[in-house]
Amino acid sequence: MSYEGALYIEFKRGIYMEKMIKVDKVTYDYSNSEKEVIALNNISLEVKQGEFVVIIGHNGSGKSTLAKHLNALLLPTEGDVFVKGLNTKDESKIWDIRQFAGMVFQNPDNQIVATIVEEDVAFGPENLGLQPNEIRNRIESSLKVVDMEEFRHKAPHLLSGGQKQRIAIAGVIAMRPSCIIFDEPTAMLDPSGRKEVINTIKKLNKEEQITIIHITHFMEEAVNADRVIVMEDGDIVLEGTPREVFSQVERLKKLALDVPQVTELAHQLIKEGIDLPHDILTVDEMVMKLCQLK
Amino acid sequence: MSIKIENLTHIYNPSSPFETTALDNISFEVTEGEFIGLIGHTGSGKSTLIQHLNGLLKPTKGKILINQVDITSKDVKLQDIRKNVGLVFQYPEHQLFEETVYKDIAFGPANLGLNEEEIKARVVEAMDLVRLPFQELRDRSPFELSGGQRRRVAIAGVLAMKPNILILDEPTAGLDPKGRDEILEQIKSLHQQVQNTVILVSHSMEDIAKLVDRIIVMHKGKVSLIGKPTQVFKEVEVLESIGLGIPQITYLMKMLKENNIKLREDILTIEEAKAEIINWIRGNKNA
Repeated sequence: MSYEGALYIEFKRGIYMEKMIKVDKVTYDYSNSEKEVIALNNISLEVKQGEFVVIIGHNGSGKSTLAKHLNALLLPTEGDVFVKGLNTKDESKIWDIRQFAGMVFQNPDNQIVATIVEEDVAFGPENLGLQPNEIRNRIESSLKVVDMEEFRHKAPHLLSGGQKQRIAIAGVIAMRPSCIIFDEPTAMLDPSGRKEVINTIKKLNKEEQITIIHITHFMEEAVNADRVIVMEDGDIVLEGTPREVFSQVERLKKLALDVPQVTELAHQLIKEGIDLPHDILTVDEMVMKLCQLK
Repeated sequence: MSIKIENLTHIYNPSSPFETTALDNISFEVTEGEFIGLIGHTGSGKSTLIQHLNGLLKPTKGKILINQVDITSKDVKLQDIRKNVGLVFQYPEHQLFEETVYKDIAFGPANLGLNEEEIKARVVEAMDLVRLPFQELRDRSPFELSGGQRRRVAIAGVLAMKPNILILDEPTAGLDPKGRDEILEQIKSLHQQVQNTVILVSHSMEDIAKLVDRIIVMHKGKVSLIGKPTQVFKEVEVLESIGLGIPQITYLMKMLKENNIKLREDILTIEEAKAEIINWIRGNKNA
């Protein structure tokens, strides 16, 4: 069999999945003369190409510090971070790394630099030194992905929070990243803005095959992920599919985190001796299980 | 203190191409000591409305009566309104500016012309209300505190004015679940202690369901629904059509009813739902 053939079979078996991100025994120490702060404590993590990973944890658990390591905004005190095989400590590769791994932050107003939507989206590609034609193509396709084409000549300050955040996302996709890190992108949005952004993120993952690392406080947003990672005091304390993680209601509560209301209700009913599974995540599942008890 | 809004209209940029009617002839009353939840999606007029309540905005038309006093009339001093109506903006921690936590919280009371002793008593009390340790934090810079602590310093600055009416515009936005629960708990316990009138703007139907006596729903500058949480959350179709939802647990009860499981529909919290479902299951077994 040819080498490519063998590779293909391995790929099909799921053995040869390209590692998008590898975090290897990373410690990050912010300590100063006054107090000792270990924001990340010997963390290891791998994210595969195309994966949708959600990171939860309360404020100060180290989520954002971890996120900033993934595109070399911060460098580990100890250990290494690799993005597509490139070490973030390698200064000569820093621009490649930031092009591979884009980042979207919490406050849309802090991420928009231009006074016209399309100019804002063009900012990244222009800095890559691309030809005007190519820049125009990228603006068009990026705005299409986030469903904001009709706003291309508008001023960003006249848009809603959800729309602004989608412009920020378009600016990142115009760089053609393989991976996007979202650091609480919905925290400042209202429910409809939040829905717009979440739908956009899902679309990027499913249709554009972009690897997603999504940090959030909203547990509903974690229900559709491939994997949920829970952080506490700079450590990864729980990891698994949303079902595996959210079925641990007591553990999450101890970590001062929420679970979906129906999951909590199921948990309380089980304690009263009612026969229900531990891993109910949605209203529909709960209705189905309760109907079976009829 | 009571609030009465009569035919309030507010138009931004009148007679210009940017003319927008943000409030369109709204009227409602809030009685003394009520806890009101104000909901509506972005652009529905919530923020415009609350800025009228302490005189930051003037109505284009209509009246605002606080304890029967029309605050839009010319002889009312703005300072008197603001002494009574405390407004906590969205992301209030962005407005911290002093060198120490103490000075920041004392800023409002100092402007009321109170003496040093009274100012100190108010800072101590306000910090206690939001559970910030006075001795430990008084001389710290607000800018070296955590996000949740900074927000509480900002809220304490408003509480130190001892307002009779407290208005909070999304006080928990951007906080983690623990920070959110702490702040809501403190607002609730203050309300129970002093029976102040509270207006809470929130996007979380779960939080609203847990806390308030009545809900006012705004849409396109009008009041589209007003009533007790159990009444308002019955109107699922109306709420969904204006981009809002109901608590997940209320939605579950509604779905169960549609599947012919007969349970009360006016359920807002996990505890109520649990009791109702257990009753139903035990009833089934006995039947």
